[in-house]
Amino acid sequence: MLNLLIIYFLLALGIFILPKQLKYQKAIWIAGVQFAAFVWFASKIQFISAEKAETLLITWIPELGLNIEFLLDGLSLAFALLVSGIGALVFLYAHSYMKSYEYTDKFFFHLFLFSGAMLGLVLSGNLIQLFIFWELTTVLSFFLISFFHEKEVARKAAFQSLVITFLGGLGLLAGILLIGSVVDSYSINDWVAGSEKIKESNLYLPGLLLILLGVFTKSAQFPFHFWLPGAMQAPAPVSAYLHSATMVKAGVFLLARLSPALGGTAEWTFIVPLFGVITMLIGSYFAITQTDLKAILAYTTINALGVMVLLIGIDTKLSIKAAVLFLFIHAFYKASLFMIAGFIEKKTGTRDLNELGGLIKSFPITFGISLLALLSMAGLPPMLGFLGKELIYEAKVQSPGFGSLIFIFGVISNILMFAVSTRVLFKVFLGKPKNSYTISKIKNGLFVLGPGLLVLLSLIFGIAPNMFGKWIVEPAMSVIYAEPVKVELKLWHGFNLVLLLSLATVAVGAALSYILIKKVWVEEQWRKVNKIIFPVRFPEVFSIALEKFVAISVSKTKVLQHGYHRYYILTIILFTAVLLWLQLYLTRGWHLETAFTFQPLYISGLVVIVILSVLFTVLTRSRIAAIIAMGVTGYGLALIFLYYSAVDLAITQILAETLTVVMFMLILQRLPVFAKLSAKATKIRDLIVAVIFGSAMTILSLKAINVDFNNPISGYFMANSYDKAFGKNVVNVILVDFRALDTLGEVTVLVVAALGVAALLTSKKPKT
Amino acid sequence: MNSLILQIASKYVRWLLVIFSIIVLIRGHNYPGGGFIGGMLAGLSLAYKGFAFTPELLKKEIKMKPEGYIGLGLMLVFISIWPGVFLKTALMEGVWFTIPIPFSEGFKFGTPFLFDIGVFFTVIGVTVLFLFSLSHEKTWK
Repeated sequence: MLNLLIIYFLLALGIFILPKQLKYQKAIWIAGVQFAAFVWFASKIQFISAEKAETLLITWIPELGLNIEFLLDGLSLAFALLVSGIGALVFLYAHSYMKSYEYTDKFFFHLFLFSGAMLGLVLSGNLIQLFIFWELTTVLSFFLISFFHEKEVARKAAFQSLVITFLGGLGLLAGILLIGSVVDSYSINDWVAGSEKIKESNLYLPGLLLILLGVFTKSAQFPFHFWLPGAMQAPAPVSAYLHSATMVKAGVFLLARLSPALGGTAEWTFIVPLFGVITMLIGSYFAITQTDLKAILAYTTINALGVMVLLIGIDTKLSIKAAVLFLFIHAFYKASLFMIAGFIEKKTGTRDLNELGGLIKSFPITFGISLLALLSMAGLPPMLGFLGKELIYEAKVQSPGFGSLIFIFGVISNILMFAVSTRVLFKVFLGKPKNSYTISKIKNGLFVLGPGLLVLLSLIFGIAPNMFGKWIVEPAMSVIYAEPVKVELKLWHGFNLVLLLSLATVAVGAALSYILIKKVWVEEQWRKVNKIIFPVRFPEVFSIALEKFVAISVSKTKVLQHGYHRYYILTIILFTAVLLWLQLYLTRGWHLETAFTFQPLYISGLVVIVILSVLFTVLTRSRIAAIIAMGVTGYGLALIFLYYSAVDLAITQILAETLTVVMFMLILQRLPVFAKLSAKATKIRDLIVAVIFGSAMTILSLKAINVDFNNPISGYFMANSYDKAFGKNVVNVILVDFRALDTLGEVTVLVVAALGVAALLTSKKPKT
Repeated sequence: MNSLILQIASKYVRWLLVIFSIIVLIRGHNYPGGGFIGGMLAGLSLAYKGFAFTPELLKKEIKMKPEGYIGLGLMLVFISIWPGVFLKTALMEGVWFTIPIPFSEGFKFGTPFLFDIGVFFTVIGVTVLFLFSLSHEKTWK
């Protein structure tokens, strides 16, 4: 599995190596790779079952729980098949779709890297690793949405989705860390094993909420759903791949993945279905009044994501079966519908429902495919979608808790979905051809291959669902449900309550769509009413909030980064001094046990000279005198060092002092005439700061004499300097051998400082 | 500065300083001295010329730019930290060998010494770079 991912990431780079002349043809190659991956995963189906899974563990930093861990079980296999299979079809489609654009290399690179990241995400057995892939998909999604970056809408939409999903990603990371601290591991298997412990811990609820934040933002759940319609600015292959079949399902995947570890509690079965239901309703409700084909598909995707989250949240055997089945149903029909929408847009130049019509004559094959896909979306036989809808109804009927309410909302949502499907079908393909579009003469190419295959699969699985149920749904479901279960799917369930409900759904839905198609004014009035009922527009609220946030940041930064050098230094010194004094105060550290002893006269005299020269430096009005007096201080100190036999230190001090004086001299010629500018208050303030800092440093150095390390390291240095490091000068041996790493750091700092000074002083002044 | 004495003296004193700095560098391992001190001495010798004449003249006549000294020094430091990994156990561990010199014990050369030479050149570069930057022509009003 690791090898597969490495191949993916290397080949993604390989896109740039392929000859330039290939351009969009490169998509075929990538589709081939994706198909090979699909076949590899498909060959794994026979080895993976409810009881069997493949794992791969490479320990990296086991102490921190950071390992590379891959997990190929029923659930990840189901997703991996979707990612690689639909990936192959999407690249075939992109081959035709991207023909007319430049920068296809970049586009393919991002898209291919994305499939690698997505595969990494679903195969991850370690949650930190999963999080890395999760963020990678977010970043790549940003690049893909902003493919038409010359359009402002596209840039805005990309940024919006980036910020929202990053926000959720942060929450996810925090949640993983919180709950990880309970079981002391980030391995999914450990989480499942420690499920009881997690649920009893105090951190369960905050951790769950944070993880759900990540799930809900990624999977476009209310109230974060609005980024998904915005993301429709992306090219059609991206919408078909990321925003229907894969990336937005990452949230659903994680929810399913963690369901055995975190699910089944009262909190879980309340929060998750609640947001699922709201999202489901919002999606289907807003889908019906849209006129942009892709916007309709985006809102129906929101609906579908809501349904999946709801089903996983209900957490019964039936609901999870329905969720897994619906995952595939939705991927099949939605990816093909997105591809068809892109095709229609390419052909006619518009995707507005009111401008389209009567396309059946021009595109009979596309019509056939769309018909089947929409049948699946509406939940009609003989498509797989019918099975899914029946199962979902059943699951909702049997759901515990506030089941009846969920059930009613489910029926409403399905009626709306039916109406949406029929409305799209009639508006686009039936009716009279309009003259609001012209059909361009692009070759059909591979446009319809992908959708055709997907719809065909949907049809076959719908008629003969047994193999599909046994090989795919059963292993995946067993993982989510955390115990082996048997799955048997049937197209025909016999006459029962659920079938009656389906019939009712179809009848009401048909009536609704009939009204909408025949009476255009109903639709317009509906939109007007919507505007009154829902005055808050989420994208606008989001951008206003963001602007406010930036404004606050700017004003706060201006306060902190004022640009006065003296205040920066003041802040640093004062802060350090206060910290030191706080520590001294807390530990009563000012009690000194140092006994003052008299030193020889020449040393005491030297100290007096040093002190006097410091005073002179502060008080003198001549700069040159001040610098020379500072030099006296430095040389005096060097002499003191020398007396106490720190020869190396003394030499260094003398040389550094000399250099300092030289450099000061250089600056001196360039300074304006000495003037007294500081007010008295400023001087007093500086004096106070100096006294606070100076006294802290004095006490600190006096204390340093008495610090009694248990085992002074100097003894070791002394003993081993010559034997082990072949040097008689211990100081030098410490510098270049025992503590060479420190010296390396110091030298680096020195170089950085020098380069900084050079850059500051020799650069040209910016024009202001 | 226009001092004839300084200018004439600089010719000789400069080279004395350079030689002295190299001695300090080499003896550093056994007696007071070392790369840091030696580097500052050598840097000062260059500064001496800058003061005796003008920094601009020094800038023109200097063989290698200060950035070059820094690069050379850092490279030597970088090279010196690796033998320890391959020949001993850890990064930066000292590796010593003796260069045989006839009629004497031979000269002990090791990676710590190479490290010290790297520090030496880096410090020269840093010192000169400071001086150059500070003497850079610029109106400060």
